[in-house]
Amino acid sequence: MASVKVHLTFPEDKIKEPIIYNVGHEFKVITNVRKADVREKKGWVDLEITGEPSEIEKAVESLKKKGVKVDPIEKNVIE
Amino acid sequence: MSKIRGLICRECGKEYPAEPLHVCEFCFGPLEVNYNYDWIKGQISREKIEKGPKSLWRYIDLLPVMGEATVGLYAGFTPLIRAHNLGEELGLDELYIKNDTVNHPTLSFKDRVVSIALTRAKELGFDTVACASTGNLANSVAAHAAEARLKCFVFIPGDLEAGKILGSLIYQPTVVAVNGNYDDVNRLCSEIAAEYKWAFVNINIRPYYAEGSKTLAYETAEQLGWTTPDQVVVPAASGSLLTKIWKGFNEMHKVGLIDKVSTKVNGAQAEGCSPIATAYKNKTDYVKPVKPNTIAKSIAIGNPADGYYALKVVLESGGAFDTVTDPEVVEGMKLLARTEGIFAETAGGVTVGVLKKLVESGKIKKKDKTVAYITGNGLKTQEAVINAVGSPVFIDPKLSAFEKILKK
Repeated sequence: MASVKVHLTFPEDKIKEPIIYNVGHEFKVITNVRKADVREKKGWVDLEITGEPSEIEKAVESLKKKGVKVDPIEKNVIE
Repeated sequence: MSKIRGLICRECGKEYPAEPLHVCEFCFGPLEVNYNYDWIKGQISREKIEKGPKSLWRYIDLLPVMGEATVGLYAGFTPLIRAHNLGEELGLDELYIKNDTVNHPTLSFKDRVVSIALTRAKELGFDTVACASTGNLANSVAAHAAEARLKCFVFIPGDLEAGKILGSLIYQPTVVAVNGNYDDVNRLCSEIAAEYKWAFVNINIRPYYAEGSKTLAYETAEQLGWTTPDQVVVPAASGSLLTKIWKGFNEMHKVGLIDKVSTKVNGAQAEGCSPIATAYKNKTDYVKPVKPNTIAKSIAIGNPADGYYALKVVLESGGAFDTVTDPEVVEGMKLLARTEGIFAETAGGVTVGVLKKLVESGKIKKKDKTVAYITGNGLKTQEAVINAVGSPVFIDPKLSAFEKILKK
């Protein structure tokens, strides 16, 4: 089992969708929200995803396909 | 008793030992160094600092290392230049340039943060250092790693121009060019940092690394005769530099080195990458990530780690954020060069351009003692101005030909 920490940014039109819930059902991963700020026109979530590395990778790809910006918890590390 | 108590989460306040950690395990907030300020206050004095080395290490009592400095002994203590000409041109009575274009050894403010990071990395027992960078940070990590005889890995996006990496390759680190878009490279670097027990200076060593920027505030205050300026203008990339300059001034007050802090901290961003300035203008605390599109590449960070904190500092101090277009960046670079003889990189053009706007809008007033932070050398970003500086006047090898152009 592995675990990654990611910072998710939701586009405005996706805020009402249960994206994290869906990812937890589509793939064998455990999602655990640690911090979030979701309002009418914006949303970000700091999320821990635990599972087999291949399932985590699939879950991350699925989040990206759904229009969610997936960054590492450190955000931009290229300086 | 030691000067460092450990690390502390900036969000929830949970404490951690002074190890290579950077994220709070509970709330995922960023960690920073937790100092014993009462103890430091008993150790530090203006006299002791003035007798110290002519480098940033004169402030070692306020820096996150346990022992003596071992890497980057000549970084910092760059000139604070009284910019009479630029001040006159902009309409400011007392303008100063903090000139980190001449930082040692790689001509940018990154020499500050990296000398602290690598000294701490050695203390923590690392034999390999790394970073992900497209420019100044990579140059500095590679140079300091060579000096410290540490193994060094520099990660870059695969499509980076060759010229950009020469300033790192010369020190012979392993430069790894990763195929893929920026976000993919960014995420891979974070994964590598989690996987390998290396000192990734701006990831797992970030709490120590970032503290190096405080020295810009310490030096400014000391060079102004142990006072703080009324206004500072700071370029904002990750936002860390800006927050640490504010922290530095306030720490000096806390340990009794200066009487008060009444500085307004202003942030400068390029319009093509201005997530923090946009949040400021929209009066929101949400720093929305952007895709960078500007010539000011050294500060083009679309999802800044410390954006939220930088915004908070600007609001708390009563400063402002502003932006400049790419042509204004070039104009800023030329203005600084023409008036003060300082060739800054594009980030310096952003700072000067925003300084000009803040004066024009009345946010910085004529009598305000103002410091502009110029953080990198123009020789590193020559391509930005290559078509904007004109060309030589060509003549035949005859005195008459020379006299002819003199009359023009």
